Amino acid sequence: MIAGRSRKARILGSIGLYGAVAAYVIFALFPLFWTLKISVTPQSLLYSEGITLWPSSATWENYKTVLQATDFPRYFLNSVIVSVITAVLVTIIASAAGYAMSRFSFRGKTTVAVTLLLTQTFPLVMVIPPIYRIMGELGLTNSLTGLIIIYTAFNIAFATFLMQSFFDGIPKDLEEAAMIDGCSRSQALRRVIIPLTLPGMGATLGFVFTAAWSELLFALMLISSDSQKTFAVGLLTFIGKFAVDWGQMMAASVLALIPACLFFGFLQRYLVTGLTAGAVKG
Amino acid sequence: MASVTITNVQKNYGAMNVLSAVDLSIADGEFVVLVGPSGCGKSTLLRMIAGLEEISAGEIRIGERVVNDVAPKDRDIAMVFQSYALYPHMDVASNMGFSLMLRKTAKELVLDRVGAAAKRLGLDVLLQRLPRQLSGGQRQRVAMGRAIVRDPQVFLFDEPLSNLDAKLRVHMRTEIKALHQQLKTTSVYVTHDQVEAMTMADRIVVMHDGVIQQVGTPLELYDHPANLFVAGFIGSPGMNFLPAVVNRMGANVGAQLTDGQTIAIDPGLPVEDGERITIGIRPENIEVGGTDTLKARIEVIEPLGLSTQFYTKLADLQVCIYAMGRTDRKPGDTMGIGIKASDVHVFNPATGQRIEPKA
Repeated sequence: MIAGRSRKARILGSIGLYGAVAAYVIFALFPLFWTLKISVTPQSLLYSEGITLWPSSATWENYKTVLQATDFPRYFLNSVIVSVITAVLVTIIASAAGYAMSRFSFRGKTTVAVTLLLTQTFPLVMVIPPIYRIMGELGLTNSLTGLIIIYTAFNIAFATFLMQSFFDGIPKDLEEAAMIDGCSRSQALRRVIIPLTLPGMGATLGFVFTAAWSELLFALMLISSDSQKTFAVGLLTFIGKFAVDWGQMMAASVLALIPACLFFGFLQRYLVTGLTAGAVKG
Repeated sequence: MASVTITNVQKNYGAMNVLSAVDLSIADGEFVVLVGPSGCGKSTLLRMIAGLEEISAGEIRIGERVVNDVAPKDRDIAMVFQSYALYPHMDVASNMGFSLMLRKTAKELVLDRVGAAAKRLGLDVLLQRLPRQLSGGQRQRVAMGRAIVRDPQVFLFDEPLSNLDAKLRVHMRTEIKALHQQLKTTSVYVTHDQVEAMTMADRIVVMHDGVIQQVGTPLELYDHPANLFVAGFIGSPGMNFLPAVVNRMGANVGAQLTDGQTIAIDPGLPVEDGERITIGIRPENIEVGGTDTLKARIEVIEPLGLSTQFYTKLADLQVCIYAMGRTDRKPGDTMGIGIKASDVHVFNPATGQRIEPKA
């Protein structure tokens, strides 16, 4: 606190700060609120009531239809499969790669790092045609396996850098102390380094999960049959030739938010410890 | 317990030579301190003994065994790190018992040994705490405890006290020394602090630029520094150095300072008339108000109660004088000082080497 600042100025400052935070939160959450609102609005009231904050009568009808009468549960399950497997695969591979980048010096290390970085600079649209051709030859179009492979490949670069920074944050001394105490390198990794990197792995897992969960472009290009669609592609099926079924689409969207929320609720503890881990060093 | 023998050991990082041809024998049970300014290679040498750093050339033995290619875990050593390197996710007891647990020691025995070590270090009430819940001094003790629980052949210390405040540092210094006197385990201790080296070591190894400058007991180094580097590094306040020219007058030999004043030096030294030398005098070897004709002008007086430190100008150079007791003198005064010929260290200014009397 700056000395000499009056009480009034401080109160005004706090009001300003909280006001700004509140404004941002409202700005960020309002579309989600609107999604929720539309999802519980009966079809009959959607266009007739004008713009209101909450419909005069709410209904679960849209949810019921989405769950019982559409393919959405299938899409949802496909998304869960693709996202979970991708997140786990990427976390394992990126942890191993990040550890190597952080701890070892090997020939071509810079080249590898630069190449990884380079893959992040291409617009995705540019690489879709070649990837479509390759996946076609391999018979991996229209399959969840194909999606998992592509998502994994595209997320590894960033996840590797993320994990490397977490490993960099763990003092080398700890590993050396473990090796003197009687660990081999792999034991030191298992007993000392990995327990300390769990928050980082949690963050990576969460990041990749959300990225895969909400991915649309590749899924749209590579998947055509209903049985293999992820929910992001599935949402588009609510757009008919002549009308958009907003109520059902929004109900499906709300359902799609649930796993992401659960995931972050579960990871939050680790993310917070991850961010403060450096404070207890030494 | 074991001896440590280092023969012609070198360390290169690419073309850069960090340690050149180091030879050192550490006896069983000895406490050896490696001391030198940062970047002198002392930590690298310690890490090579530990097996954390590869040896570019030469040989290191622990006991009779050549350990060049032995993994750190199989060298039977314990190390205390500057950062303590406590495992943040384990409590004090697990930190201390980790090495025994890895060796599949029976659980009761681990508890016994950890308990005994904890008691010795005053950690018995902290065994369930995590490292982050401990103060700096307590963490340092846990790091020590982790080392002694092992009962290793050799203890290695890498600047273990540099993260503590001054008072605690002095306290832990005595504690480590007392511990060594009880356990008598061969210890190699790295520090950049010459006071730590002087107070703790059986023998000190002074290093500079990857080369061992001198090995000896603290007092050998203090009384007979082999070169200008050791002379300047050991002792606080440091030795005064003055350039001079040899002036032979019959049986007496003097060192003539740049302002014409002359200090008598040992006549047995192999120096020629007119030869350039550097003389070194320790602050406590200059007598204030001596009968000698030497004069110095006082610039600053630092009263320490028990003693007084004078910073004076002699032949245009600053000379520190350390005198017991107190003084009435004032800055600006010129005072007579006396220096015994036997207290003057003489060095070759070109090579930096000490000039010794002919045997």
